Amino acid sequence: MTAVAEAALSSRAGRVQRVFSPGGIEAWLVEEHAVPLVALEFSINCGAAQDAPDRPGTATLLAGLLDEGAGPYDAEAFHRALDDKAIHLSFNADRDHISGHLQTLGRNTDAAFDLLRLALNEARLDAEPLERVREQMVATLKRDLNDPEAMANRAFRAAAFPDHPYGRAVRGELATLPSIARADLDRLRKRAFARATLKVAAVGAIGAAALARHLDEVFGAWPELPDLMTVPATSVANLGMRRVIDLDVPQTTIRFGRPGIHRRDPEFMPAMVVNYILGGGGLTTRLFHEVREKRGLAYSVYSQIQSFDRAAMLAGSTSTKNERAAESLAVIESEIKLLASEGPTEAELEKAKKYLTGSYALSFDTSTKIAAQLVHLQQQGFDISYLDERNKLVEAVTLAEAKRVGERLFGDGALLVTAVGRPAGM
Amino acid sequence: MQSGPSVSEHPLTPSVPAGGRQGTGPVITHSRLENGLQIVVIPDRRTPVVTHMVWYQNGSADDPAGKSGIAHFLEHLMFKGTKAHPKGFSDLIAELGGQENAFTAYDYTAYFQRVAKEHLATMMALEADRMTGLILTDDVVAPERDVVLEERRMRTDTDPAQQLNEAVQASLFSHHPYGTPVIGWGHEIETLDRTDALTYYERFYTPANAILIVAGDVESSEVEHLARETYGRVPTHEKPPRRFRPQEPEPRAHRLVTLTDPKVEQPAHERVFLVPSYTTGAPGEAEALEVLTHFLGGGHTSLLYRELVIERKLAVAVGAYYMGTSLDATRLWIYAIPTPATSLEQLDRALDEVIARVADHPIEESDLQRARTRLVADAIYAQDNQASLARWYGASLATGLTIEDIARWPERIEAVTAYDVQTAAGKWLHKRRGVTGFLLPEAAAA
Repeated sequence: MTAVAEAALSSRAGRVQRVFSPGGIEAWLVEEHAVPLVALEFSINCGAAQDAPDRPGTATLLAGLLDEGAGPYDAEAFHRALDDKAIHLSFNADRDHISGHLQTLGRNTDAAFDLLRLALNEARLDAEPLERVREQMVATLKRDLNDPEAMANRAFRAAAFPDHPYGRAVRGELATLPSIARADLDRLRKRAFARATLKVAAVGAIGAAALARHLDEVFGAWPELPDLMTVPATSVANLGMRRVIDLDVPQTTIRFGRPGIHRRDPEFMPAMVVNYILGGGGLTTRLFHEVREKRGLAYSVYSQIQSFDRAAMLAGSTSTKNERAAESLAVIESEIKLLASEGPTEAELEKAKKYLTGSYALSFDTSTKIAAQLVHLQQQGFDISYLDERNKLVEAVTLAEAKRVGERLFGDGALLVTAVGRPAGM
Repeated sequence: MQSGPSVSEHPLTPSVPAGGRQGTGPVITHSRLENGLQIVVIPDRRTPVVTHMVWYQNGSADDPAGKSGIAHFLEHLMFKGTKAHPKGFSDLIAELGGQENAFTAYDYTAYFQRVAKEHLATMMALEADRMTGLILTDDVVAPERDVVLEERRMRTDTDPAQQLNEAVQASLFSHHPYGTPVIGWGHEIETLDRTDALTYYERFYTPANAILIVAGDVESSEVEHLARETYGRVPTHEKPPRRFRPQEPEPRAHRLVTLTDPKVEQPAHERVFLVPSYTTGAPGEAEALEVLTHFLGGGHTSLLYRELVIERKLAVAVGAYYMGTSLDATRLWIYAIPTPATSLEQLDRALDEVIARVADHPIEESDLQRARTRLVADAIYAQDNQASLARWYGASLATGLTIEDIARWPERIEAVTAYDVQTAAGKWLHKRRGVTGFLLPEAAAA
């Protein structure tokens, strides 16, 4: 084995190539021929934050229409072209991005990229699929109207980000979905489909030269710069508010949160470690022990740090029968305050670091997971070398740092809480 | 009964190479220890990670009468500790960077960890320890029963669609225990105690009833050696446990189940048929049902989508699902969400028309080929995910299939003809074999 190959094996970053197409499109590539498949992931800054304020759901509707007819194919013919070769292609919108997911058998790579090219450059946005996809979105919104989790999330979002795009519904509102016109979709696509915010990763049975050629075919016709609305930085508002929404169900669904620490913040790693200890780590967290194991108050209880482009939050959730829901919330609040004031123990810190470093490899065991990770790193502005540096950053977190960042993250422990059900005494 | 070092003197049964793979997929081995434990090794050398699973061949359909939910409740209690690890071993697995969980289904219960490959031996030692070493006290059993009740409230008691689904299953299976939800009925979960859990544990948790699946960056010889050193030392029951399940009689009457609830704003329709599984069906029958299901409701090019969604605009969404991996006769589901202008009765009639047509006419060759292509490709896509592969093999073996059955599945799908699909529709999608579920707002219930 050559020295280069050995270095590549011991280094995760060493397996990733940075590919530049002749036309100047960048992609990160892991070439791997053990399984005859190719996966491609990409994202562009074309999420719900770009929706007009009176037309939320525009980006979601656009993402839903990209595979519903393009170029010479109407919707049915396009799906047939995908299915005849068993090509998986899907698009979805979140707050900040539209992302695309392509997976194909290696022998159909050319056809797969050609269909992706059509979807991204020549989607027809025909009237029939437009109405059909809109009706599907309406049906989903109706189904969620009295769903406890959806209700708690809706109320939380609205109270956390009032007067900000992040407070609006990514998947639209019943009242305004009918007003989204084809022209709105076309305008959004023309404004946002651009190379400057494009992040691409490919994994599998494809070489750098072939990938470079396909990158130009698919994205080469896009303009360099988008014309995006500026999304202002924001933070979770209404701390201390408890909003209880009445629903005739035996269990109360609770959503809680407060401002977080952003993925790009220099103190993100210690923040991730203390959140792991609070409620981020599966079956071993303080919340799991106190709420579930010791008291039997809930099946699911967790906390996480979410980073959007322009906000970060600490957010969590649980569900407890109405009679004891107030007790669940009290336990969660007291655990947050305790961790804020005393910080984690040395033993907890060591365990958290061991888990977070040891489990990193588990995010890289399928080609779609690897490709998604590589796009995510690019979105956050990291270099390929981060793949090797990340565990060192986790290991470097000290107890003093964890305590200090815990104080910053949890503050006075004030939470925005939304609860759906008929909780006693809340 | 064998225990201790004597086990290792007995060779494993010969490894069975997976046939019919044409050299594209991994070479999967299947062997058995003297104490009856089966071992399946699925190589995936791309990353230094392994998925370690133990499957027990008992699920909720083996719950004793009046004790519904005991298989699932015990699965929760399996994390409570043993003599060697009195507080369980979740902290230890987390410190090794491992992820773990477990799940209960109608026909099996499985426990798994995903870890860096150097920790495989530790996982095997821990899982072997809790195969017979579980210790339960009332002070851990009582709060965990509350956890399960909260799980049931979260999944079912707050969701009318899920309640309808429970009622539809209970109607489809008038006699077989598949009619009882995996998690159990609430009033019976409330009565389950430590003794129920231990009685059930002692009946089923034994090497002869278990299947070890290891997928990832490993050699089968190494896994078999480690298994002998760990699971091989677990004494087994003299006879493997037997399942006693009353079988469903031939269905004679179509049943309509309606659930109305003021929380429902979006009506929904489902139809479930009693059909053979891969385990119970005659040769080729399950494969024909698999192709039929994909042809009817597998995505945007399927017949129901074309007819009901695009052309007649009666539904905004439709789909079909065949639960073929099942020990006993199983279910084929069709679901549809109506457009605002469509009643569930109209949708139901249109569904009957489409099914009748499929039973009367052979499907087009291009539709048949598309369905077969997609299904066969799924077997290749599965190779990208060691955890899904492990689940596929585990579920298949735990429902009575063999490694060869799985290896030859693509060939058998390729062999399905238009006549097979038509015959399957005529024989199995007869209305008397089915239950229809209507989910409606309360106002429409009059």
